[in-house]
Amino acid sequence: MIKAKDINEHTPWQDLTPGGEIYEPGTARAFNTGTWRTNTPVFHEEACKHCMLCIPFCPDSSIPVKDGKRLDFNYLHCKGCGICENVCPFKAITMVSGGVAL
Amino acid sequence: MNRVYDLKREVEKPERLTGGHRLCAGCGAGVIVAGVLRALDKEDKAVVVNATSCLEVSTFMYPYTAYMDSYIHSAFENSAATCSGVEAAYKALKRRGKLEETVKFITFAGDGGTYDIGFQSLSGAMERGHDMVYVCYDNEAYMNTGIQRSSSTPRFTRTTTTPLGSAQKGKQQHKKDLTEILVAHNIPYAAQTAPLGNFKDLHIKSHKAIYTEGPCFLNILSPCPRGWDYPMDKLAEIIKLAVDTCVWPLYEVEEGVWRLSYTPKKKLPVADYLRTQGRFRNMFQKGNEWMIEEAQQYVDQKWERLLEHTGA
Repeated sequence: MIKAKDINEHTPWQDLTPGGEIYEPGTARAFNTGTWRTNTPVFHEEACKHCMLCIPFCPDSSIPVKDGKRLDFNYLHCKGCGICENVCPFKAITMVSGGVAL
Repeated sequence: MNRVYDLKREVEKPERLTGGHRLCAGCGAGVIVAGVLRALDKEDKAVVVNATSCLEVSTFMYPYTAYMDSYIHSAFENSAATCSGVEAAYKALKRRGKLEETVKFITFAGDGGTYDIGFQSLSGAMERGHDMVYVCYDNEAYMNTGIQRSSSTPRFTRTTTTPLGSAQKGKQQHKKDLTEILVAHNIPYAAQTAPLGNFKDLHIKSHKAIYTEGPCFLNILSPCPRGWDYPMDKLAEIIKLAVDTCVWPLYEVEEGVWRLSYTPKKKLPVADYLRTQGRFRNMFQKGNEWMIEEAQQYVDQKWERLLEHTGA
């Protein structure tokens, strides 16, 4: 069965999955929505208290968590909406202009 | 299982809605769906059924799925019927010993697919008593097709089919109270919630809805930066104002018993909420003060009635 990552606009219809079904979970992960950003969040680790309030507010599941700590942003999916900056009580996130944090 | 809510523990679970979906930046729907699915116990599987909506076209675009669970796209009008059919098949397989694992059934639909087009199939599924949860993410208009009014759109809202002109100024009718209609179905659990603060309310209600046997309903307010015309980083602020002005009260009805989940410390004037969104701009023009007064009266009446129901 053809894998999602191998399907593109050049794939002949005979090779597509029957009924347009997808047999793997979470294939959207391979898709880059980071190019949408016009503003970019920057994570200041030293200010973060790992209260986790930003995590459920991220519409793009772009803040990874490991062992009770939030990690730096996943810029492959972050669309730069800025919700996280506003919900952070400790100013550990600031938005900068442009699609890339320099 | 009623464990104490712990945000840290909950966010440590693997996300069941992945990034890479094509919802607009700042969309409330992604936050809500991830929040509801987070309430599933780690070891349980889910079947997600989705009516045609913004959510559907952006989270399931062939060959990309943003779901870690099984997913079925159904038409606008029959997502609840689809979900109830899958649930019946699951029960039959279980009865014959052909399935071991626990699977939960969750339907997501927007207000267009719930209040309007999908209403008959929702009502039917609730009446038949399937073991499923129906979640409406309510963004108060048909956002996917270009911000047309629905029966969930509040009065005086500007949409593309209720424009501002000399004959009419925004929508003429009040918002339909769907949660109360669902309560009238005498289902085991119906609740209204929103992505607020540390997500405790949304999480606990989602967990209750998923793990209460029988048909359950959640109505969740879902701000839409494009349709509501507000800056995309203001989701949390808008939700806070919606609950503090009592425009969107948080409550639940469990086996016929009403319970208020949130009482604002200070009930704010409705204008504080309306002012944050361009869709209500018309109400702040000179000569339209009566619109704000009527909106306030309407919210006060509904709030008083809710207090009577809940005995608060």
